[in-house]
Amino acid sequence: MSKTNLTRRGLLRSGAVAGAGVALPTIFTGSSVAAFTNEPTGSTVTLGFNVPQTGPYADEGADELRAYELAVEHLNGGGDGGMLNTFSSKALNGSGILGKKVQYVTGDTQTKSDAARASAKSMIEKDGAVMITGGSSSGVAVAVQALCQEAGVIFMAGLTHSNDTTGKDKRANGFRHFFNSYMSGAALAPILAKNYGTDRKAYHLTADYNWGYTTEEAIRNSTEAMGWETVAAVKTPLTQTDFSSYIAPVLQSGADVLVLNHYGGNMVNSLTNAVQFGLREKVVNGKNFEIVVPLYSRLMAKGAGANVKGIYGSTNWHWSLQDEGTKAFVKSFGTKYGFPPSQAAHTCYVQALLYADAVQRAGSFNPCAVVEALEGFEFDGMGNGKTLYRAEDHQCFKDVLVVRGKENPTSEFDLLEIVEITPVEQVTYDASIFGGQLGTCNPGA
Amino acid sequence: MFGLDKKDTMLLLLVAALTALAPFLLNPFPEGSALAQFNAGYPDLMQRFVIFGIFAIGFNILFGLTGYLSFGHAAFLGVGSYAAVWMFKLLSMNVLPAIVLAVVMSGLFALLIGYVSLRRSGIYFSILTLAFAQMMFALAYSVLTPITGGETGLQLALDDPRILDGGVETGGNIPVPGLFGMEMRDSVQLELGAWVFTFNFGYYFAAVVMLIAFYIAIRIFRSPFGMMLRAIKANQQRLNYTGLNTRPYTLAAFVISGMYAGLAGALMASMDPLAGAERMFWTASGEVVLMTILGGVGTLIGPILGAGAIKYMENIISKINSDILHNWFAFLPDGLEDLLVTLVYPFIGKGWHLTLGIIFMLVVIFLPGGLVEGGQRVARLFKSKKTDSSAAKPQTEPGE
Repeated sequence: MSKTNLTRRGLLRSGAVAGAGVALPTIFTGSSVAAFTNEPTGSTVTLGFNVPQTGPYADEGADELRAYELAVEHLNGGGDGGMLNTFSSKALNGSGILGKKVQYVTGDTQTKSDAARASAKSMIEKDGAVMITGGSSSGVAVAVQALCQEAGVIFMAGLTHSNDTTGKDKRANGFRHFFNSYMSGAALAPILAKNYGTDRKAYHLTADYNWGYTTEEAIRNSTEAMGWETVAAVKTPLTQTDFSSYIAPVLQSGADVLVLNHYGGNMVNSLTNAVQFGLREKVVNGKNFEIVVPLYSRLMAKGAGANVKGIYGSTNWHWSLQDEGTKAFVKSFGTKYGFPPSQAAHTCYVQALLYADAVQRAGSFNPCAVVEALEGFEFDGMGNGKTLYRAEDHQCFKDVLVVRGKENPTSEFDLLEIVEITPVEQVTYDASIFGGQLGTCNPGA
Repeated sequence: MFGLDKKDTMLLLLVAALTALAPFLLNPFPEGSALAQFNAGYPDLMQRFVIFGIFAIGFNILFGLTGYLSFGHAAFLGVGSYAAVWMFKLLSMNVLPAIVLAVVMSGLFALLIGYVSLRRSGIYFSILTLAFAQMMFALAYSVLTPITGGETGLQLALDDPRILDGGVETGGNIPVPGLFGMEMRDSVQLELGAWVFTFNFGYYFAAVVMLIAFYIAIRIFRSPFGMMLRAIKANQQRLNYTGLNTRPYTLAAFVISGMYAGLAGALMASMDPLAGAERMFWTASGEVVLMTILGGVGTLIGPILGAGAIKYMENIISKINSDILHNWFAFLPDGLEDLLVTLVYPFIGKGWHLTLGIIFMLVVIFLPGGLVEGGQRVARLFKSKKTDSSAAKPQTEPGE
């Protein structure tokens, strides 16, 4: 009885399935139709801002996101234009990128490679982002850069200081504006020699991961080249919060300089421990004991408080610089958020603008066209003086700042003073020294 | 079918249907609509669903059946990933050798760690596995950097040997993992009106592997071996007193679940050829415990549901930022809008852990059997209604 019913339904169903089957070839659109991954077709273009919102570098991440929001505002013609007014390239005109309004999606890298890649993948696959940028650690930068190379989108690195990002692990679709360990070493060494002499004995405490290794190597090489001796180099676990047991042996070693190859919370804790142990009042080998921190950031200086006074380090950029680009950026950032930007914010803002400019000049969002536009691109007015995006490794070459913890800070943001602006010639190196292969640009699809 | 009884066959078919139709089921909202935010039907997340499903199924074989709570299972996931990436580097971009080596390697590690850890039970076992996993994480993160790539993770490079693929011109780009020419990232898109559905080869490959893994898990659950594992959970002491040595059974369960984790790790590396040490961190081990408990310990389908729920929140809820919230509530008056955004904001975006925590607490307190128990309760609700209606019909059974 019910059998006829079932057959009719079954017929309808199989008919529908067959119909769908016949229609399939016509409605399936393989991803190969587009010329490149996530080609923006509408009136908007989506950028992916992948920054640490949780975890040890959440402060940097929050500042990066502020900078990106500011950059989007400026690209879309809002606000006071910021660095667009001082940028040497005048291709951008405040009407978005190639006339398309800039939209963005955000993600949390959690400072973990896996989470960062998952977040970047969802931006590419779900939200259709045509460029990924951000991050506050080299591990994440290298991981996401490799992902973007595979997926065929552009990666504009945020804060990443390891040599590997544009050295061993460089990729054709990835670009870095930030400086690296090698440059830190090359910029710091002469200043250290001038202030502390050339017959020092150094003791390194190094965070036990990739960035720590390359930084230790860079500082060792450049200080040993001018006559310093490295007494010992001790690795400390990244998760360490109390460095007392690592500081105590320093005094027995006969060293008279302590180099802290630490970043973020690590550096805040190790420096505080070292100062509490009275290292800076000690006199060893007839010389005052000194401490050096190769990579400084304002957020770190804030965490370490009064302990940073008089301690040397290097930094990519500082808001107290007096060039036009810096002034314009600090002004619009300060107007919007009420405090000066960090170096992480600066590099991210600049990266977003550089990408937009490259697209505008290339006349296409195609990653290969963008790569071509950025390779060997020389620009100015972005806060670091004359800068070159080197074609061989996609690394920016510009002046490096050597800074010192300020003795008498006037505010909680005024913690570092610029000791010297090391000219770009001094920190330039041969592109081949770190190995790695750039490969060719990948437009995906 | 396949030596399963009717109920298990139905369950297997149900899971098969769900995974096959996932691209539709997970993309219920049209592209461009405000609710598209909640769509989860993009390849990466769907792959994650099934891969973590495998991980949780394997974990459940140990935890659900024997009651041994391992807090270091992510270590095997990591071992599997590293093994797979090394196979990509050295042998071939085909995923099969990578998966085989990953399962074997994680099995060996599980044998070693299980042999030591299973000398103790209860909390001591958990702590031992946690200690081993943290040790392996620390090794992978720093000491073994030449093998594991350290913090940056193990990556493919252009100049890898790739012996079996030798001579294949890569054209300046690293080849991607595939299966006999089919690339894992290959996708076709189906556009139906405003809806866009993505069918990804990697996802379907992982889904087939998960179905096989699920089938094996059912067979283990229903086998005499599974019965013995349950007996260990019920009362290990009594088993020992009857003169039975339980350790080979627990060790076998531990190794099997370690191999499942390795398989999941290999699939993760196949979908995304990078192995990072964070994969082995203790939070990753804790995550699979959460998945299993959230879904339902000792049930067949529970771990898969739990894995899906957690991965969904991690990837979808965490991406809602305050701008999107403002968009949602834009129709309200300004003051009210800001108030609502302030109230909701702590639970979304980077606050997704808070939401997860609350849901987890609610599940543990009100649904100790996990999401599966919730489903059963709902089913019972319908069933009891049905019996009510049938009770109204004239009874043909003989009276008491």
